[in-house]
Amino acid sequence: MIRYVLSRLLFALPIFLGVITIVFVIVRILPGDPAQAALGDYASPDAVAALRQRLGLDRPIPLQYGGYVAGLVRGDLGKSLITGAPVRDEIVHNLPYTLQLTLLALIIGTLAGVPVGVMNALTRNRLPDSIGRVVSLFGLSVPAYYLGILLILLFAIELRLLPAVGAGDLTSPGDALRHLILPAATLGLVMAAAVARFTRSTVLNTLGQDFVRTARAKGLQPRVVTIRHTLRAALIPIVSLAGLWSIGLIGDSVTTEIVFARPGLGSMMVGAMLQRDYTSLQSVMVVYTAFVVLINLATDLAYGFIDPRIRY
Amino acid sequence: MSTGAVALGGRTERQRIWATFLRNRVSLVGVVLAIGLAAVSIAAPLLTAWSPFNQDTAQRLRPPGGLHLLGQDTFGRDVLARILYAGRVSLLVGVGAVALGGLTGTAMGLVAGYYGGRVESVLMRFVDILMAFPSLLLGLIVLAVLGPGLGKMIFAIGIVLSPPFARIAHGATLSLVRQEFVDAARAVGAGAWRIVVGHILRNILGELVVLCGLLAAGAIRIEASLSFIGLGVSPPTPTWGNMIREGTPYLIDAPWLSVAPGVAILLAVLAFNLVGDALRDVIDPRLRV
Repeated sequence: MIRYVLSRLLFALPIFLGVITIVFVIVRILPGDPAQAALGDYASPDAVAALRQRLGLDRPIPLQYGGYVAGLVRGDLGKSLITGAPVRDEIVHNLPYTLQLTLLALIIGTLAGVPVGVMNALTRNRLPDSIGRVVSLFGLSVPAYYLGILLILLFAIELRLLPAVGAGDLTSPGDALRHLILPAATLGLVMAAAVARFTRSTVLNTLGQDFVRTARAKGLQPRVVTIRHTLRAALIPIVSLAGLWSIGLIGDSVTTEIVFARPGLGSMMVGAMLQRDYTSLQSVMVVYTAFVVLINLATDLAYGFIDPRIRY
Repeated sequence: MSTGAVALGGRTERQRIWATFLRNRVSLVGVVLAIGLAAVSIAAPLLTAWSPFNQDTAQRLRPPGGLHLLGQDTFGRDVLARILYAGRVSLLVGVGAVALGGLTGTAMGLVAGYYGGRVESVLMRFVDILMAFPSLLLGLIVLAVLGPGLGKMIFAIGIVLSPPFARIAHGATLSLVRQEFVDAARAVGAGAWRIVVGHILRNILGELVVLCGLLAAGAIRIEASLSFIGLGVSPPTPTWGNMIREGTPYLIDAPWLSVAPGVAILLAVLAFNLVGDALRDVIDPRLRV
């Protein structure tokens, strides 16, 4: 088991190195000079040159690259071009907001998506199935930020039940949770649509298999057949896609954070992009892709827990 | 039937495809919706007398009704006209990005699968690395590099869409390249280009078309998200995404500014999702997810 985890980590390492290299290359060819952008259009050439030197932008590109990778290994993500503060501090400040949002969304997406998908499969082609399928088709087609706007209009502006912007006061759990509900529901419902659709077809596939017929034939209660036999077997392909959905969640969380004016990695990234703060932009991308690599690893390991046939 | 390809059941292949297609009424709705949206945005000047650019600041934020069916925005511009014209951008990006991503991805996959060896490992590792980026973020960072513009938006989303094409083309090429008909083609002296295009590509064209349909919806969604963030085609040219963006500060007083263009995105993505499903059912039912 430990050997397997290590070998998978070793396999993920070159991919991760490739990712940070691509991000570095893309950011270096960005139009405009970071030092000029940081100081504004009216800065004197001397001041720009001095800042370039201080930031190390006057060094040859391979040296900059080497310093950047060496810094990453030590956990040093560089200094913000705009504020001069370490980027790591800002990421550490923003990360909890994004993690809370995506974790709650993952829970909502699974708890709403799997039961709906199972129900659709069990009532195949009858009314509940049709309703569920139409709803999930719309869920698959709606952009997350647009659903967020609709939820804001209904629950924050019309009914005045929940706050629409910000993340609230993190030291008071009740307030933070109230601010978290709408954005997490936005992301979770978009994900639930994909989960429900996939669960439906997986369960339908499983229902047609011999061991389900055997379980029915030996007189087990329908509920036991559904949960213990069908759902458990169907869970393997569902978990294999859960990683994919989490990665999709990362992309949607960026626009959701913007709609709800929530702090978080996504807001930080878009802010860094607009301000041409290249070190921050580069580092946030690295953090995001590190999550993708970790999610893929976790998905592989999760198979073993669900499917006893798979041993490492 | 003079075309010759008569199947045993008395129906031609074409008839079978049409039968499968017409049997599924939901797919039909999608195709009609997609064609309708394209027609409406192309014919925008005929459908509305308003210009998407003309400002009328005396009438700013006027609610829907009267001569302006969907109201007027912060500059007094007609919202309906802007939505109709914005459809051109979204559909152009959808088609263009899928075409670009399909061509480059398929080319990478075919070359990697046919030549193997070091070419294969370099190309496919590159595809793996691209796959490690969440698609919206990859598009975002590429577009941040390139700056605003329609062509750049198509290029950025094209890159995002290329990996799935490369994976499918690569896998299919690997299994086809060892088959006897390829050996036979080689034996009669066919060159690499002729084998790859004439024999391998022809065999996987169906799967690639299905992928095009499914990814077109994704392309429209990514375009809308990026222009919502403020990248891509710059104002005053309307896109559905930047219209929603411009409307968000006025959610309380003028919700129609954001709600109306969102409905357009929803319909367009829905239509292409259904078209993708229809293509899959007709061409390759095994791909059903």
